[in-house]
Amino acid sequence: MRTILHLLQKEFLQIFRNRMMLPIIFIMPLLQLIILVNAATMEMKNLNIFIVDQDLSVTSRLLVDRFSASPFFRISNWSTSLDEADETMERGKTDIILNIPGNFERDLVQENRAEVQLLVNAINGTVAGIGYSYAASIIGGFNREIITKWYQLPKNVVTLQSISAKPSFWYNPELNYKVFMVPAVLAILITVIGIFLSGLNIVREKELGTIEQINVTPIRKYQFIFGKLVPFLIIGLVELGFGLTIGKILFNIPINGSLFVLFTTASIYLITILGIGLLISTLASTLQQSIFISYFLIMVFMMMSGLFTSVETMPNWAQTINIINPIAYFMKLVRTILLKGSGFRDIYQDIAALVIYGITILSLATWRYRKTV
Amino acid sequence: MKRFWAFVRKEFFHIFRDKQTLLILFGMPIAQMLIFGFVISNEIRDVGIAILDQSNDVATQQLTDKILSSGYFLLEDKLSNSDEIEEVFRRGKVKEVIVFEPQFEQNLVRTGKANVQIIADASDANLANLISAYTNGIIQDYVNQKNVLIPKPMQIIPEVRMVYNEQLKGSFMFVPGIMALILMLISAMMTSISIVREKEMGTMEILLASPLKPFQIIVGKVVSYIVLAFTNAVTILLLGNFVFGVPIQGSVILLLLECILYIILALSLGILISSITDNQQVAMMISGFALMLPVILLSGFIFPIENMPIILQWVCQLMPAKWFIIIIKNIMLKGVGFGYVWKETLILIGMTILFLSISLKKFKIRLD
Amino acid sequence: MVNRGPIIHVRNLVKKFDDFVANDNLSFDVNPGEIFGFLGANGAGKTTAIRILCGLSKPTSGEIKVAGFDAYNQVDSIKRNIGYMSQKFSLYEDLTVYENIRFYGGIYGIKYQEIKTLAEELIEKLGLTKYRNTLIESLPLGWKQKLAFSVAIFHKPKIVFLDEPTSGVDPITRRQFWEMIYEAAHNGITVFVTTHYMDEAEYCDRVSIMVDGRIEALDTPAELVRIYQTENINNVFIKIARNPDRMTVEK
Repeated sequence: MRTILHLLQKEFLQIFRNRMMLPIIFIMPLLQLIILVNAATMEMKNLNIFIVDQDLSVTSRLLVDRFSASPFFRISNWSTSLDEADETMERGKTDIILNIPGNFERDLVQENRAEVQLLVNAINGTVAGIGYSYAASIIGGFNREIITKWYQLPKNVVTLQSISAKPSFWYNPELNYKVFMVPAVLAILITVIGIFLSGLNIVREKELGTIEQINVTPIRKYQFIFGKLVPFLIIGLVELGFGLTIGKILFNIPINGSLFVLFTTASIYLITILGIGLLISTLASTLQQSIFISYFLIMVFMMMSGLFTSVETMPNWAQTINIINPIAYFMKLVRTILLKGSGFRDIYQDIAALVIYGITILSLATWRYRKTV
Repeated sequence: MKRFWAFVRKEFFHIFRDKQTLLILFGMPIAQMLIFGFVISNEIRDVGIAILDQSNDVATQQLTDKILSSGYFLLEDKLSNSDEIEEVFRRGKVKEVIVFEPQFEQNLVRTGKANVQIIADASDANLANLISAYTNGIIQDYVNQKNVLIPKPMQIIPEVRMVYNEQLKGSFMFVPGIMALILMLISAMMTSISIVREKEMGTMEILLASPLKPFQIIVGKVVSYIVLAFTNAVTILLLGNFVFGVPIQGSVILLLLECILYIILALSLGILISSITDNQQVAMMISGFALMLPVILLSGFIFPIENMPIILQWVCQLMPAKWFIIIIKNIMLKGVGFGYVWKETLILIGMTILFLSISLKKFKIRLD
Repeated sequence: MVNRGPIIHVRNLVKKFDDFVANDNLSFDVNPGEIFGFLGANGAGKTTAIRILCGLSKPTSGEIKVAGFDAYNQVDSIKRNIGYMSQKFSLYEDLTVYENIRFYGGIYGIKYQEIKTLAEELIEKLGLTKYRNTLIESLPLGWKQKLAFSVAIFHKPKIVFLDEPTSGVDPITRRQFWEMIYEAAHNGITVFVTTHYMDEAEYCDRVSIMVDGRIEALDTPAELVRIYQTENINNVFIKIARNPDRMTVEK
């Protein structure tokens, strides 16, 4: 027992003597949280729309008014020439072109049907899709408006049925993407600490030869591993607390669940991640290798974890792979604890899975460590 | 000169003998492409929902059937009262609760209007948006079918065309993004780590003491990485083209030249990083993490720049990746020539020169 | 009761790595309080043998007892009773003098209070009082090596293994180092040392020379010089290492 305390004392001294450590642990997350959470939003504002109005009728003007009144669009230009609009788009200055043909009003009233053309700059597919759906909904809303105002229902005609299905969003009523992203960035941050700092630490010792010195002493291997992993467990949890505080202060994210549940879950997750870092350290012989292996793993797991897109939108085989993706578990758990206030009773299945995962990985890693180091 | 090539050869061997690292260097972009191409999508299937049917009539049954047979949703639970909603959300399997008001069908027939509540779990805002939109779509479809015999007046029909990317293929977006990311990562990270490693091992001093000039040492280190990164770029382009159908409308030569420019820029960034630290771990943290997330998030790769707060938009202008992505997209998807991208190219060249001069100065200081 | 038998007892030690025989039937004893020199060319199998004695690897076959403990099953007890110092590394560069002493003392089970007292004594004895809180990386090599040795015997082990301890150190410091070794041996610590400096071989009580996995010579320096009819150990070494076949040693 005393041995472990001595090991911990040495580790902490070494970690904090490294001048770069403190900035990495505190400044990096701060910066990343601020920048990234602010950047990550799927909401659109100020899309540039170029209006080509070849009709110049009352109706077409009204339609255009709807667009200028919308906060999503900014009318960059009016013209009657489609060619002019095309060129602007080619130069990248326009996101959408609304082309209202010359017979718009007449067709609408006489034929009951008129077409307008939306040309969407789809170089950025996401922007295009969302921009198009905004434009379509403005047109749809305008359509409904003029029907109600102008169209006289002839008698004895069955009324149109309509079902109003308005969505309400719980836990995040404004669909605030920051609320979505902060837990995710936190999860990534402590993952980085867990895998990189701990795993690399061990490989570094391997490279420098200091492990040999440890091996001749009475220090047992499990004590050594403990001494290597526990400091980073603690640092990871501190980081989580720090990040959470910043999230609350800067972004006012909800903390609906119990902090105890959160930190317990985080500890289990960290132990798992540290185990993975340890395993990697037994597989790599140089620092460079372990860096790349860790990097690769983090990258793949991160992308599949629901950071950018939801797990539910992934194909089934991908979701199956996620069974061995610890980040996926933690991402889900962090969000659900913070935003929905879930307690142990609600999430015990995922936690159990994580515990099993952690124990397996740690055992595997320790076993390999004993054999090879 | 001969010394120089001997040095370059040593560097080559260093890299190519490390099979593990090579595997990862080439595997990473391929894995990313595959993930982006096949895993990340905006389509849903089998999303868990629960239904609270306060009406239980033919119409609600029809609607329920329609929703469940769409393939998008899976019925996890039938609720009996609204108190159960919170609990079912908390357990996590249900992402959306659909509530039919009492006397649904009656309202629909008598007054022509009925209400459905779509309650979505927005802890995943993305998903919530998506599934409520899909649900609404199905409901509106149902209504339209019912109304199909009734003549609809004054319909404005928008005809949409997606320019430069007819099928709105996601791959058009992520292939350039992955190029920017991978090339930056490989070049910057590998270079900085490799140089710092020599510093740490002490072999840097030996090199400096040799007849090789400092700038020859740096260039020698870097030449092999240029080749590596370039091969990677070509791999990504080929994969993008053959597997995902991303075209190269413009000049291939111009495209490759711009890639090389970007690679050199990333390398110079790596050199800069290596000049500010002597510790491999730190070099990696900076080039891997300080660089990675900003490249992904601030380059316009995933999240559109136009929507960010103004300050951040300025920061984005500093990201080399942003300019590079614009260049590639324009060349590949629009097929434009140099005339259109000269501004961005100039910016990239400027950045490269900046990084290189700072690194050189720092290097010189170290020697004195 | 102190056991007066050999403190290291090796009989027919064989260590194989697949088909390669690194240690071929080694047999030797080391007596308590002895300064035992373990010589041999690079690749002769010295490091392999030392690693086995220190409990870092398991022998393929043979009888090995270190400090009375069996090298197969009682490795932990061996580790508690030995000290080790290698040329590659011994002290943590990013810890101070005091912190290193405290760490190793604690690892070997010395109580906090005792560590404090003994550490201060040691620091003073080595003349490092000014450097108590200096990081090891700032110390010159000679001081590092001396401190490393002191740390290796801080817990008063029965045996201390030294692997090329004086490499790269200036002659004066080497002299001082050997004085510390004498003092340790005088206090009952057995010293098992390998070295490339042949003049240091002369300081040992007995010397063994390994060639190609076998011990080709084992005796006091004086005897070896006499038997091989050379002027010094250096030439004994050259003679043996060059012609391993011509081994007709008659005592």
